[in-house]
Amino acid sequence: MADVTLRGVYKDFGSTRVIHGVDLDIKKGEFIVFVGPSGCGKSTLLRLIAGLEDITDGELYIDEALVNQRSPKERKIAMVFQSYALYPHMSVFENMAFGLELSKVSKEEIFKKVAETAEILELTPLLNRKPKQLSGGQRQRVAIGRAIVRNPKVFLFDEPLSNLDAALRVQMRIEIAKLHREMNATMVYVTHDQTEAMTLADRIVVLNAGRVEQVGSPLELYHRPQNAFVAGFIGSPKMNFIKSSVVSLQERGVEVALPGGGTVIASVAADGVATGDQVKVGIRPEHLSVSAEGPMTGVVEVIESLGESHFLYVRDANGTLVTVQGKGDTRLKNGDTIALEVPGSLCHVFRKDDTALPRAFDADIGHHTPAHAASELV
Amino acid sequence: MTLALSASGAGKKSAHKSKLTSDRIRSAWLFLSPMLITLAVVAGWPLLRTIWLGFTDANLSDLSRTTFIGLENYYVTFDGEAYGLLVDPDWWNAVWNTIWFTVVSVGLETIFGMFIALVLNAEFRGRGFVRAAVLIPWAIPTVVSAQMWGWMLHDQFGVLNEILLTIGLISQPIAWTADPDTAMWAVIMVDVWKTTPFMALLILAGLQMLPGDIYEAARVDGVHPVRVFFKVTLPLIKPALMVAIIFRALDALRIFDLIYVLTSNSADTMSMSVYARQQLVDFQEVGYGSAAATLLFLIVAVMTTITLMAGNVKLSEGPQS
Ligand SMILES: Nc1ncnc2c1ncn2[C@@H]1O[C@H](COP(=O)(O)OP(=O)(O)O)[C@@H](O)[C@H]1O
Ligand SMILES: [Mg+2]
Repeated sequence: MADVTLRGVYKDFGSTRVIHGVDLDIKKGEFIVFVGPSGCGKSTLLRLIAGLEDITDGELYIDEALVNQRSPKERKIAMVFQSYALYPHMSVFENMAFGLELSKVSKEEIFKKVAETAEILELTPLLNRKPKQLSGGQRQRVAIGRAIVRNPKVFLFDEPLSNLDAALRVQMRIEIAKLHREMNATMVYVTHDQTEAMTLADRIVVLNAGRVEQVGSPLELYHRPQNAFVAGFIGSPKMNFIKSSVVSLQERGVEVALPGGGTVIASVAADGVATGDQVKVGIRPEHLSVSAEGPMTGVVEVIESLGESHFLYVRDANGTLVTVQGKGDTRLKNGDTIALEVPGSLCHVFRKDDTALPRAFDADIGHHTPAHAASELV
Repeated sequence: MTLALSASGAGKKSAHKSKLTSDRIRSAWLFLSPMLITLAVVAGWPLLRTIWLGFTDANLSDLSRTTFIGLENYYVTFDGEAYGLLVDPDWWNAVWNTIWFTVVSVGLETIFGMFIALVLNAEFRGRGFVRAAVLIPWAIPTVVSAQMWGWMLHDQFGVLNEILLTIGLISQPIAWTADPDTAMWAVIMVDVWKTTPFMALLILAGLQMLPGDIYEAARVDGVHPVRVFFKVTLPLIKPALMVAIIFRALDALRIFDLIYVLTSNSADTMSMSVYARQQLVDFQEVGYGSAAATLLFLIVAVMTTITLMAGNVKLSEGPQS
């Protein structure tokens, strides 16, 4: 398996620049996930690695070899497409064997390889079927099987699960994670679904408008987002951002104002901020809780009950809608005025330019990780 | 048609047609009836009348004195000698000319049309303009383009001979449309020139229905483009291709105007339609000519059936998903 290295990679379509100088090191056997909003250039970046698009500027290395000018085949990559891209007139077997037939592989060997792969993916009973006769999940397994039989250096996945229904998506997600563990292959995986990113990735690359916002392990991105974009993108439901200002700089952190007059001491280093500066306070819905003595008040506007948890949408004193996640049921009603507990150790503070103040107090990180987030990580 | 077909198809499955289903079938027939009546009047009636005339001794000089003579136009023995269409060497010559013309011209049109369609399917600047420009030969009325080519192929004043003489490929002018060796090829060439664009567009329509992602998958898998063409493109556009070929073959089997304008009644190029016209108009033998037209109809019907079966084409089947 391979290292993949990108050095200052740019991509223009005509006069539109879509990828703005991406640097990235992907280690052997690593599972890398590209996430970002739709249209941010995830697919384009993947297709640049695949060789389906020409790199406008910059260098791409696979296994230390410069591959800018090499064809997809010479790069020894395999790709799984969102739309499966199966040959509609060929059986499952033929679909998987088609790419092997010309490389000097004997018939028996092809047969053996396809049979083996089909066994792993539980496709053996379907080998003679046409794609039309398969369900979405089965089609995607065939597409993955077609990639596996080629024994590539790098697997590339472009939103492979986004055409599947929710239940199947979870199941396939687990299968892909298992596959990665068993094959120990280098995989680059594109998704806009941050749950997929969190659960599958060794490292996540957050992209925004053709630029890398942050690279890191899922928990690193969750706990230490470098800017408001990453903070808002990673985590579901989305982090709350509250307009605020610095009240004082303390030894334990930065004291910031909360809507309604209260303050909280956020456990962040006071890098580059001074008393009176405008900042944004970020706090995740799962870290807020209803409490009579809370420093922040608001009016409940909407309640969503999911059974195992509930969401409160609370209008704060500044008029911002704040999301609060709580366990189980709630007795609150729409229109109730409530106070919210804001744990300073779990607050993020962003400067005016949306960059994050470093969260200096490591001790707290991890202790407050909510149970459900931890269980989702395989 | 689809409405009626699917409605009756659905009806077959359940033994008791619901009121809704039978209502639907009724309104489907209602909507179809103007077309069916028009077809019966403009296609059915002339066809039946032609078939009927084929069994008579009708003559253009006096159509009121027409008598039924059974199969005598097709085959009759008289004083030990056989007469009639089925033993007429001129008729069989016309049949073979037509079939030869059809096979060669449709074959060439398919190959060239495929080539042009593949080019037009690629992305390049000014593609829309080229697509429109390619259609020009097809848009010109056949009589006009045939006459135009007739002049270009003229043995004395034609531009083709002029060019070939100038560059020294031939030392004497060739009578392209009169020389038995070249007449049929001249006809085929003009037909290919004229009809390839139509074929190309039909094939292009087929190509554009193909999913683009499978070509990227093939590229990633490193499959050679030629292999992709034969193993992926060709099988996938086969249904569209077969329909295009059948369209063209039906057309070619009835070829008349091009041959008539280019070579008139020459035996070297005479097609079935030209033969029928000659009997009907020049020789005024309406009965005999109608018999030829009927036989032409039967031959076209049989050839179509054979092609459909050989190509395993199901005309009622929709495009593959
Ligand atoms: N072939 C192309 N020609 C022109 N623009 C393109 C092409 N492919 C993608 N783009 C543009 O590049 C941007 C990124 O696209 P893409 O990589 O598909 O986004 P994502 O996969 O993150 O949703 C989009 O704005 C899209 O319009
Ligand atoms: Mg995409």
